[in-house]
Amino acid sequence: MPHDHHDHLSPSGHPYREDNDAPLSYWQTMEIAIREIMIEKGEFTAAEVNAQIEAMDARSPTNGAKVVARAWDEPDFKAALLADGSKATREMGFDIGPMNLVAVENTEDIHNVIVCTLCSCYPRNLLGLPPDWYKTREYRSRTVREPRKVLAEFGVELPETTTCRVHDSTADMRYIVLPARPKGTEGWSQQQLAELVTRDAMIGTGLAKDPG
Amino acid sequence: MGPRKMLEPGQAVRIRDLSPPGHIRTPKYLRGKTGVIERALGPYENPEQRAYCLPAPEKQLYRVRFSMAELWGDAAETGEDTLDAEIYEHWIDTDAA
Repeated sequence: MPHDHHDHLSPSGHPYREDNDAPLSYWQTMEIAIREIMIEKGEFTAAEVNAQIEAMDARSPTNGAKVVARAWDEPDFKAALLADGSKATREMGFDIGPMNLVAVENTEDIHNVIVCTLCSCYPRNLLGLPPDWYKTREYRSRTVREPRKVLAEFGVELPETTTCRVHDSTADMRYIVLPARPKGTEGWSQQQLAELVTRDAMIGTGLAKDPG
Repeated sequence: MGPRKMLEPGQAVRIRDLSPPGHIRTPKYLRGKTGVIERALGPYENPEQRAYCLPAPEKQLYRVRFSMAELWGDAAETGEDTLDAEIYEHWIDTDAA
């Protein structure tokens, strides 16, 4: 595991990380070469590349949380989101690009969880960068075969009476789980509600936080 | 295969059990399995060509729902739990289901 090197601490007590002195890989070399050629040809500037990386890094689950909180608060919006996730979130001003969004709703009887067995498809525009575990072979292979056991390891114990629906993001769709609204939040503002919506609740490996 | 009628939600289908080389978006564990159409998603460029920058004709994409019992038999945790996946029309048989 990456964090097992407890004996390799710097004098300041921080984990020691080796310098990246290894030779570039084939694809690293390719990326640099193409980027430099494109900049030389005036296709884009280095500043534009950096701005795009910063924009990608700036996306976070707070975007998705705003969508969920609005769906909890406005029945019309919830209906629109479940009918056409791409359109509903685009109208909220989220730049969803070429992505197509399907929102799936958790109810008292149904729990949804998202996985991409083939790679690591993830609704980055609404949730930011995926967590490392989402991309592991373990999560990808086990979630389609023993979702209840996987969820239990995340602390979500599904009752026998709940149907578990796994969604394998195999092609052009991206998925977001609309978690169940916690009880005791009647009359809350969308801003307050959004604070209860975690990243994992929108992947389905968690639930919305209880108020209090 | 020529164009065919759009598949309707609830319709029983079987995923073709093929193993062509290349960039395939139909996971191995679903091939040969039966399920039902959950919804039609619309036409998308076929990734099997698009991945190689080849002309990629549009194909209808569907969400197909499978029971865990169908996928894993006795090894399923709860047979009534489901798995939904996006499957392109040319991977879907309707007569064998």
